[in-house]
Amino acid sequence: MAGDGSVKLIDEKGIRLDGRKVDELRPVNIKIGVIKNADGSAEIRMGKNIIIAAVYGPRELHPKHRALADRALIQCFYRMSTFSVSDRKSPAPSRREKEISMVISNSLASVVLTEKYPRTTIDVYLQVLQADGGTRTASLTAASVALADAGIPMRGLIASVAAGLINDKAVLDLFDVEDQKGSGDLPLGYCPVLDEISLLQLDGVFTVKQFEDCLNIAIKGAKDLYEIQRDALKQKYTDIRAEVEVPVKPKTEEPKEEPKEEPKVAPKPVLKVEKPKTEEPKPSKDDKKEVE
Amino acid sequence: MSKVIAKNHAIVIPGDLLAEGPINYGEGIVKRNGEYYSSVVGLFQDKGDFIQVKALRGKYLPRPGDLVIGKVTEVGLTSWIVDIGSPYTAILSANNATEKRFDPINDDARKIFSLGDIILTKIASFDRTRDPMLITNERGLGKLRGGRLIQIEASHIPRVIGKKGTMINMIKRLTRTQIITGQNGKIWVNGKKIEDELKAIQAITRIELEAHTQGLTDRIRDMISEDQQ
Repeated sequence: MAGDGSVKLIDEKGIRLDGRKVDELRPVNIKIGVIKNADGSAEIRMGKNIIIAAVYGPRELHPKHRALADRALIQCFYRMSTFSVSDRKSPAPSRREKEISMVISNSLASVVLTEKYPRTTIDVYLQVLQADGGTRTASLTAASVALADAGIPMRGLIASVAAGLINDKAVLDLFDVEDQKGSGDLPLGYCPVLDEISLLQLDGVFTVKQFEDCLNIAIKGAKDLYEIQRDALKQKYTDIRAEVEVPVKPKTEEPKEEPKEEPKVAPKPVLKVEKPKTEEPKPSKDDKKEVE
Repeated sequence: MSKVIAKNHAIVIPGDLLAEGPINYGEGIVKRNGEYYSSVVGLFQDKGDFIQVKALRGKYLPRPGDLVIGKVTEVGLTSWIVDIGSPYTAILSANNATEKRFDPINDDARKIFSLGDIILTKIASFDRTRDPMLITNERGLGKLRGGRLIQIEASHIPRVIGKKGTMINMIKRLTRTQIITGQNGKIWVNGKKIEDELKAIQAITRIELEAHTQGLTDRIRDMISEDQQ
């Protein structure tokens, strides 16, 4: 991983090849519930990376002798599609894929409350559809969102991002070219709630100062990423709420006839225009109001 | 002094700080250093002296005494293996299946429950070391004939039933169907007409989708009665 000077990765103004600053994440988009068959799922798009995470379980483990008596086993299956990179990736499971599967499952096991489901397995499938550097960190980010979507109890989410060295400077979230040409790479998995590091790998030669810079910049990046994860998880439910609920109605358990009447009819037409859906909230009939 | 930080009925995610200080707490919460954090994606409920997080998704965990609907997946000589949609497969032993004593030499287990039968059953025992045991030898339990079976999130079953059964009774009345809800998220719907069954299923699916919102009973009532006109 020796950095060669053949490509100028950062210009004089500190702008990188893809136009980012040194401490800037790639544009991230996380969607949950993309795989309907799975118990929980997430899709992450981070720069050019596209990764799908699907969680099945907790479910029975076969062969049974691998089951743990006191907690659930977390099994990760990280796979890169043959078409995810420009040189066709061999479909055979590689040493690298096995390693990444292992580090991701170990990282997730540190936050999942596995002791709630003894003798079971939680399977996390990670399929890389398009790769552009930093897929292990993006996979871990998506996996923790998918686990939360599956309703699996956790102590907190893991946000994962890499930092690296380019021209002896700490740079956040390397993409493919920077990863190849840069002189070091430090993938980090971080749980902002617990302030715990659950994954830390290092490739290249770092001074202590450089290591600390990279770690700090990566933790900062992970905290930003966590906000995106949290929005992704809440979005689905707040959207449904906004669509069907009457705005600003203080919740009381008391019987009420009048306060429900006008506000219900008024805002509905506005909502209809904004979000056409198959299940349209119907304008309610005022005479049929009763207690909930 | 206890202090509740999260808003009542807020959507929370794993790791969200909910409250501090001594307070009674229920499901979906982990306690760490005297602080209470959510452990699941769910709906935060603050009931004054008691807080909990109702998960919005998740596998059904058996609880002794629960009524569940299961499917027979394996028939043994003196037992059945039943899929109840939980991480653990449930076992119904022949002694607990009928009120009569089961004699393995003369009686045929297949005559009682055959492969693929849908049964209404009760969880007799379950703990983290052993798989759940079922019983069907109580009144009202046993094979369900006809009808349709749907699966929703187990955590939304209380919403489908409603406070003191208001929701489920309303759907039964308005759609003229028989409905049996299993705590494991399986719901059996039986009506004289197919349209009635579909209507009820449509209502239940909508409850599942909007389970975390308020004023749901009114909306479901409007939805069913509007279509009938």
